[in-house]
Amino acid sequence: MRKPFLRPLAAVLLLPVAMLTGCGGDSKDGSSGGGAGGNTVKVGILHSLSGTMSISEVTVKNSELMAIDEINAKGGVLGKKIQPVVEDGASDWPTFAQKAQKLIKKDKVATVFGGWTSASRKAMLPVFERNKALLWYPVQYEGLESSPYIFYTGATTNQQIVPALDYLKEKGKKRIYLVGSDYVFPRTANKIIKAYAKANGMTIVGEEYTPLGHTEYSTLVNKIGTAKPDAVFNTLNGDSNVAFFKQFKSAGFDAAKLPVMSVSIAEEEVKGIGVANVQGQLVAWNYYETTPGAVNDAFVKAFQAKYKGAVTSDPMEAGYNAVHLWAAAVQKAGTTDVAAVKKAAAGISLDTPEGKVTIDGENQHVYKTARIGVIQPDGLIKEVWSSGKPIKPDPYLKTYPWATGLS
Amino acid sequence: MESLLNQLPVGLSIGAVLLLIALGLTFTFGQMGVINMAHGEFIMAGAYTAYMLQDWFHGQAVIVALPVAFVVAGTLGWILERAAIRHFYGRPLDTLLLTWGVSLVLQQAARDLFGAPNVQVTAPSWLSGRVELLGGNLPYARLFIMGLATACVVGIWAYMNRSRQGRRMRAVMQNRELAAVSGVATGRVDQLTFFIGSGLAGVAGVALTLIGPVGPSLGTYYIVDAFLVVVAGGLGQLRGAVIAALALGMLNSYGEFWTDASLAKVIVFVVIVGFLQVRPQGLFVLRSRALT
Repeated sequence: MRKPFLRPLAAVLLLPVAMLTGCGGDSKDGSSGGGAGGNTVKVGILHSLSGTMSISEVTVKNSELMAIDEINAKGGVLGKKIQPVVEDGASDWPTFAQKAQKLIKKDKVATVFGGWTSASRKAMLPVFERNKALLWYPVQYEGLESSPYIFYTGATTNQQIVPALDYLKEKGKKRIYLVGSDYVFPRTANKIIKAYAKANGMTIVGEEYTPLGHTEYSTLVNKIGTAKPDAVFNTLNGDSNVAFFKQFKSAGFDAAKLPVMSVSIAEEEVKGIGVANVQGQLVAWNYYETTPGAVNDAFVKAFQAKYKGAVTSDPMEAGYNAVHLWAAAVQKAGTTDVAAVKKAAAGISLDTPEGKVTIDGENQHVYKTARIGVIQPDGLIKEVWSSGKPIKPDPYLKTYPWATGLS
Repeated sequence: MESLLNQLPVGLSIGAVLLLIALGLTFTFGQMGVINMAHGEFIMAGAYTAYMLQDWFHGQAVIVALPVAFVVAGTLGWILERAAIRHFYGRPLDTLLLTWGVSLVLQQAARDLFGAPNVQVTAPSWLSGRVELLGGNLPYARLFIMGLATACVVGIWAYMNRSRQGRRMRAVMQNRELAAVSGVATGRVDQLTFFIGSGLAGVAGVALTLIGPVGPSLGTYYIVDAFLVVVAGGLGQLRGAVIAALALGMLNSYGEFWTDASLAKVIVFVVIVGFLQVRPQGLFVLRSRALT
């Protein structure tokens, strides 16, 4: 009994370890060269490749890798090829902090592109500030943040949530029900939504949070039915959206009866939820696969050539932009040094798939065009409203009188 | 008051889901004492079976998938039992680690095979309606799950109490040595028990495609609830599992109705911990004369 104990136990313990290194096999990490030395510039890519958030984050990793390939095909930055080091945040926030530290200290990367949930960004933020390193965060978020060591290429609230509320108000939706996952983004977003509602004559008839990865929504759907709202504002994240919409639909609700405005469902998620369950529902983003323009046509074509049957979505596009914006800033600065890149990045403008974006030097967010879309029967999203021009990022909502006291 | 009645069918349907995911565990964990952390991944395998069959059966894939998923997940379980678990009998902690590792491997395998994003399984169109009940409405999909859970319970009961194989299984569980000396091939009984338990997880996975996401992490969402049901119901006790699942379903439903989803989870855990303090053996316990 004593002797054969250790050997199988060791094998068991090694299983997960083998698993993790197996994930690493996905990366193109040659594990040679350091930082900007040699003929390559190392950059980190840190997304959840496993766990509940991998449904969304893997696609962003793919678009970032594609942007790197594109830049490398044109000779790289400063005459050096970019070498991505891919790490898995595993949908676990402390892991994000730990992997960020590893990328900065051990791999000595020039910058990191990564994160999706605000919880992961909040976990990584102190790591980047402590090491004076640079993070490019590609997803829409709840605002009220502006770290000098993070560039935010996704929308802040006044580029997504506020326009979405404007749209609902314009459509005469007065009674709003708030549904969200239980973490920092939905809770902060809903704080903003409640302030907006108060100032604009809307009523919040319910506010519910469910744990990340929650799959049982029949009670919540019952509660929504009882509250009789005009619209639902949905800040659920990850797999919960699938369960929510399947159960919402099978309880007899559809877009005509009760519209749902979602801020975390893009083309990729629509596929997993099943078009029949979300057809006609509203989403708020800055980019859709159908956004017109030559830059987007080329982006969609290149991406679908690389990943068969794939769709492109807003966070993927924002991740793709982040890589190109960083490369432009490095070219302008003539070095990958963080302070110099930060300085050079201010005011950089690029023609991207979503149109022209410009980095705001002051808060390190980007000017973005807000777009409201409707989910089509083919799974793509059609734009029904747009701000017409890029909106200046205002993470602390300083220019909105109703938002005083939020930050 | 009306909305209170509304929650009754919701509680029943949550209970049916819990029961379905836990039924397989009453075999592998309840009867054999194997803490199988990969049970959730057998559920996932069942869900992906329905997804695969869509190419041939389109809207009816869910129905065809029920028996197929039973065999697919059962076979996976059988392989796991033969290749690894049988070497770990009587060592629950090692089994736990082993099956947890296997669950990670299976999740990654699904990610490599089907991709990280969720896939869509189209429900049969005749399951898209709903009935009015007690002022609320109950989707056909939920009714289908309740029916399926009932059918599984009846099937298992008949198997355990009315068939020779079932009798052998109970004999091995109650007293392995005595069963062996009476001529029962205990190894073969173990294989079959594990096959059935894992197969039931596959059936649950097919049913879950009607209401939840189908992705590599699917199993992780249900595994804890499944163990809760089996532990609260009493190991290896079919009626215990049924009652525990329904009670937990009601607790979930009303807990969430009166508070919110996060707090409802806390309430469920507190109640179960409290209950196990008073009754560590669960709702029902099998009385036997074995000395163990």
